[in-house]
Amino acid sequence: MSDYNFAYLDEQTKRMIRRAILKGLAIPGYQVPFASREMPMPYGWGTGGVQVSAAVMTPDDRFKVIDQGADDTTNAVSIRTFFERTAGVATTTKTSEASVIQTRHRIPEERLSEGQILVYQVPIPEPLQFLEPRESETRKMHSLEEYGLMHVKLYEDISRHGHIATSYDYPVKVEGRYVMDPSPIPKFDNPKLGDMAAIQLFGAGREQRIYALPPYTQVVSLDFEDHPFEASKPDHPCAMCGAENSYLDEVITDDTGGRMFVCSDTDFCEARQAAGNTGTMNGRDAA
Amino acid sequence: MTPLLSVQGITKFYGHHIGCKDVGFDLYPGEVMGIVGESGSGKSTLLNCMAGHLTPDAGAVVFDTRSDGPKNTVTMSEPERRMLSRTDWAFVHQHARDGLRMGVSAGGNVGERLMAVGERHYCDIRAKATDWLGRVEIDATRVDDRPTTFSGGMQQRLQIARNLVTGPRLVFMDEPTGGLDVSVQARLLDLLRGLVRDMGLSAIIVTHDLAVVRLLADRLMVMKDGHVVEAGLTDQVLDDPQHAYSQLLVSSVLQV
Repeated sequence: MSDYNFAYLDEQTKRMIRRAILKGLAIPGYQVPFASREMPMPYGWGTGGVQVSAAVMTPDDRFKVIDQGADDTTNAVSIRTFFERTAGVATTTKTSEASVIQTRHRIPEERLSEGQILVYQVPIPEPLQFLEPRESETRKMHSLEEYGLMHVKLYEDISRHGHIATSYDYPVKVEGRYVMDPSPIPKFDNPKLGDMAAIQLFGAGREQRIYALPPYTQVVSLDFEDHPFEASKPDHPCAMCGAENSYLDEVITDDTGGRMFVCSDTDFCEARQAAGNTGTMNGRDAA
Repeated sequence: MTPLLSVQGITKFYGHHIGCKDVGFDLYPGEVMGIVGESGSGKSTLLNCMAGHLTPDAGAVVFDTRSDGPKNTVTMSEPERRMLSRTDWAFVHQHARDGLRMGVSAGGNVGERLMAVGERHYCDIRAKATDWLGRVEIDATRVDDRPTTFSGGMQQRLQIARNLVTGPRLVFMDEPTGGLDVSVQARLLDLLRGLVRDMGLSAIIVTHDLAVVRLLADRLMVMKDGHVVEAGLTDQVLDDPQHAYSQLLVSSVLQV
């Protein structure tokens, strides 16, 4: 392990990233540019999140990585191993035990507490990009608080689908000021962004932007008066643990239309099963 | 009476080359001003300077704002100027594609300015958008279609609806009928004339088409090489041109 500096990045780079993080925390929702480094993994695999994690990590931390809620997918396993090898920090899959959690596309079901840090991997940090491709213009729109365009996107949704069909990457307004892209978390998770006890950091490696939400920040999902925001999820209980209020993945089980809905947060689901909860398709039920 | 817009000594250079030089006039509420001249005479430069798209090298553009009275828009802060340009001002581009969002439905295009000034009620926005499509003679069933499926004339009318929906007091138009065939032009002019009269709009129209100013404009300015060579009432200038260039311009129109 000792061939690398602690947590892979050199100290000057970490210092630069920490400055960006501090600035981001001081201006919640504002995208701070930073000099993103080449990482030993391709863009899109969480290079932004890895750099932010490396910059905030200390040898005493306990690290958890989740990818779409799961601890055991390729992305989560490889990033967890990366920090085991380069930083030698302890790792865990238990949400409550972790002090730094890097996540892709989910917020853990379990309520986070003060002292924890949640690091998001962000593919596209600019919420206005799809309607206004010029960055010179989107920056100006942020600085002048011209956010009418964001509602044009939601308007288009309603006119085409009859309801706001954006189900992930749902734009939010932070402390009544900046419109922010919450990274592609499902809109089911949007209400958890606001008033959270943990620090939330967002890193976009390819786009070279960092932004942040300090603890207990007000975060409001954008909507229309007559089409209010709704945190939606599949209308089923979890097939493994029977949870009614967690976000579910749809899993195809055969080629004749068979499917099951299971919690996307594996730690949450396993903890519930260990506590004796069970769903309709859990093997133990039949046995 | 305070002029709605008072332009004083606008000068714009592109390096050593003159864009427009020392142009000034007053525009009163409800008045339509035409600016004509050949290509390269500085009409569009002047219009862009007035609308805040270009910063003039010298001169002032004083607009009679609703809240604070006459204010120089050249020196006002950018947020204020951008606020003006989505509330009290409107800008109709020559090419509808420059003024529309081609990837957004007609309703969304019209609704954008409403949402930009804080409307947050979907049904209200949609009702207003549909109403405005009707006013510019676009069928209400097309409200969810993208402008890419519209004809050139419809796109231009959609652009006008999108600009007028917030009830502006001053409209800048850059060759609004350019690139349209004559019968579509005639209908568009008819529509514009009706809207200008009904809403009591003031407008500044840049064009090289004398028929457009004859129909729409109360007053006329003739530009050549960045200078105003003649100005006056439209009929007076067109029927009795004094300057050699105006005479050339008027006599160049083919009589059918």
